[in-house]
Amino acid sequence: MEGAPRAAHPAGERQRTPQALQKDTTVAMKILAAMSGGVDSAVAAARAVEAGHEVVGVHLALSRMPGTLRTGSRGCCTIEDSNDAFRACDTLGIPFYVWDFSDRFKADVVDNFIEEYQAGRTPNPCLRCNEKIKFEALLDRAIALGFDAVVTGHYASVLRDEDGRVQLHRAADDAKDQSYVLGVLREDQLEHCWFPLADTPSKALVRAEAEERGLGVAAKPDSHDICFIPDGDTRGWLAERIDLAPGRIVDQEGRDLGEHRGAHAFTVGQRKGLSIGHPAADGKPRYVLQVRPKENRVVVGPGELLEVDRLVGIRPSHAGAPHPAVATGEWIDALVQVRAHAEPVPARVRWNQRDGAPAVEAELSGSLRGVAPGQSMVLYVGTRVLGQATIASAHSSAWNPDALGAAL
Amino acid sequence: MSHAPVYLDHAATTPLSEAAKAAMIEHLGLVGNPSSLHGPGRTAHRLVEEARERLAAAMGVHASELLFTSGGTESDNLALKGTYWARRRLNPAANGILLTGAEHHAVLDTVQWLVEHEGATAHVAPLTADGLLDQAAWEATLADHGATLAVSTLMWANNEVGTVQDVPWAAARSLAAGVPLHSDAVQALGHVPIDLGTAGLASAAVSAHKIGGPVGIGALILRRDQKPVPLQHGGGHERSLRSGTLNVVGALAFAAAAEAALAGLEAEAARVRALRDVLVSGVLAGVEGALLSGPADAERRLPGTAHFTFPGAEGDTILFMLDMAGIASSTGSACTAGVAGPSHVLMSMGASEADARCVQRFSLGASSTPGDVDALLAALPGAVAAARAAGPAAGRRDR
Repeated sequence: MEGAPRAAHPAGERQRTPQALQKDTTVAMKILAAMSGGVDSAVAAARAVEAGHEVVGVHLALSRMPGTLRTGSRGCCTIEDSNDAFRACDTLGIPFYVWDFSDRFKADVVDNFIEEYQAGRTPNPCLRCNEKIKFEALLDRAIALGFDAVVTGHYASVLRDEDGRVQLHRAADDAKDQSYVLGVLREDQLEHCWFPLADTPSKALVRAEAEERGLGVAAKPDSHDICFIPDGDTRGWLAERIDLAPGRIVDQEGRDLGEHRGAHAFTVGQRKGLSIGHPAADGKPRYVLQVRPKENRVVVGPGELLEVDRLVGIRPSHAGAPHPAVATGEWIDALVQVRAHAEPVPARVRWNQRDGAPAVEAELSGSLRGVAPGQSMVLYVGTRVLGQATIASAHSSAWNPDALGAAL
Repeated sequence: MSHAPVYLDHAATTPLSEAAKAAMIEHLGLVGNPSSLHGPGRTAHRLVEEARERLAAAMGVHASELLFTSGGTESDNLALKGTYWARRRLNPAANGILLTGAEHHAVLDTVQWLVEHEGATAHVAPLTADGLLDQAAWEATLADHGATLAVSTLMWANNEVGTVQDVPWAAARSLAAGVPLHSDAVQALGHVPIDLGTAGLASAAVSAHKIGGPVGIGALILRRDQKPVPLQHGGGHERSLRSGTLNVVGALAFAAAAEAALAGLEAEAARVRALRDVLVSGVLAGVEGALLSGPADAERRLPGTAHFTFPGAEGDTILFMLDMAGIASSTGSACTAGVAGPSHVLMSMGASEADARCVQRFSLGASSTPGDVDALLAALPGAVAAARAAGPAAGRRDR
């Protein structure tokens, strides 16, 4: 069909060309389609079925309270979503199952989310879910049960280089590209991933295709929120789970400015809710520059100090074969992206060691605003995702908050 | 798959019997509300009352002791909530409910609701490792709390493991203590000989679709002196305890199915039991570590049920692998979102939560053949091995 996968080809005994995958039914694979209940995963599964593969649909039960019906904004594990996924599988004529990963989701995603905030960092739970649940727990179980690959409705592309090694690339539609939240996948995971929506020019076409295929979810709204915080009030949700203790607010030079209600309630870049009570000397608004949970301090300062151009990332991972510069430690030119829909920024990047562990350094040629530790820095060359690392520090070359250490 | 679809989930629902199908087809065109006072109404009334009399006779109770309901769940709800409310009206201090932890969710969740919303106190009597009632503990609870018990309940045959309880014994003890006993007999009716008229049994729930009748009709067997508070109000049907237009076609099909099942019970039970015994010995011999649940005594288990623990192999993964091989089985319990939880039945028999997740129920019935058992025995070792490999694979990776 039109828009069928260009080069999504999970591992096999031999390298498959895109053409072979589309037409040669002798390479029919056992495919597990992860079905969220949304339109993207339904169309992705439909394309896998149409390509002649043996497809089974699986919905992940992630919530500890699977019996909830959606009322406000979307959560990802409601009865309604499970039923939508079930109905999509009915339409496609494939079996449907629910797999319960709620324990792992709680341990690896929800608890981790809380721990990261407690440590003063700003995690991305969707990325974490891809890393630990969809492409680890689900994928590992699928492989153990005899499946060749997992299909999802993500907008990203898996290609192979001349040596047959997998690479992760951006999707054709920049607006929908989800390569950022997949940047954490490693080569062994990508080997078994197939994203059939990689080349779809726009989401509107996916909806039209769903309509044409008779899928009831064609007009279902997209999900945007963190699925386990359905009302979208992340601060309120965290406040119920993290004990807050009052502490001091200091400026960028270490001067005491007043009391805060608890460091964990703040995030880098935040302006409102500081309640300092007296204006800055220059009369300009002050922003949170750094959260220091160990000292229970919040560092604030002028907006320009939020502009950072020096990033250090830890726990790097490689989305395919590691770039040659990983071994040499040389600087290379790359693009750095720090949020799901942020503009990538040109930078020079090198892999090295920090405190005896692998790390990544990036010197941006422009600057980024409000980058918080805990976010993932995903590295690109062109459309290719090289990999990512968790941001350990982000600062301006003009001011490093860590220098405050002595002053405090 | 190399075989025809294999259905090993007769305890969930079993195919419509020929007798029930014929009764339904014969009366599908019927017009007339049994409560109407004209000719067509009287015809419908006659048919439903004939069905009631036949069904009651087949079950050994009087027609006036049989209330038609929508099925087992409704019958359990009416008996437990209605009796609890009625008894508390007479004695506000009587808020206790005596039960076991292995009851069906239609009983467990009803009792739980009464605890959470109506001030009830649950007394859960322990079971032996076979799933049989700890009779001494049951008697002790009756002795200690009899004065404040509103109702007691004991399922006749367990829907997961298949353990058959000595309900007449419990009914006699409850009678002596002056506490009504309700029994969920949904799995027992038509599969083992039961006496629903046994002394002391206040009420019992039965359902058509477990014995070859259609889904959507069941009955509450209710002794004449019992006056539970109704759950639904309206036209005053069924002793004013269960209002709602009577389901004539369903009642006729239920009666036909029950007559067929009860008349042929002994022969069919022997046939199914023989098949089940082949299944059990084949599984125990062919699957490493397989453990059969329930009592060793053949008289104390349902003839068609075989329930196993396969330690290290999650039940929902075994089900998944068997289903993909064209074999329908069950983990026993599922919540509304389709997620299998650990078996509360096995846990009430003393199993760990980990083992209670590694269970599978195979239930045979009227359509079961030796070929079904052969297909299962061929597929099960691989399914269990895959589930055992997938369990750790989906656990945390160490790195």
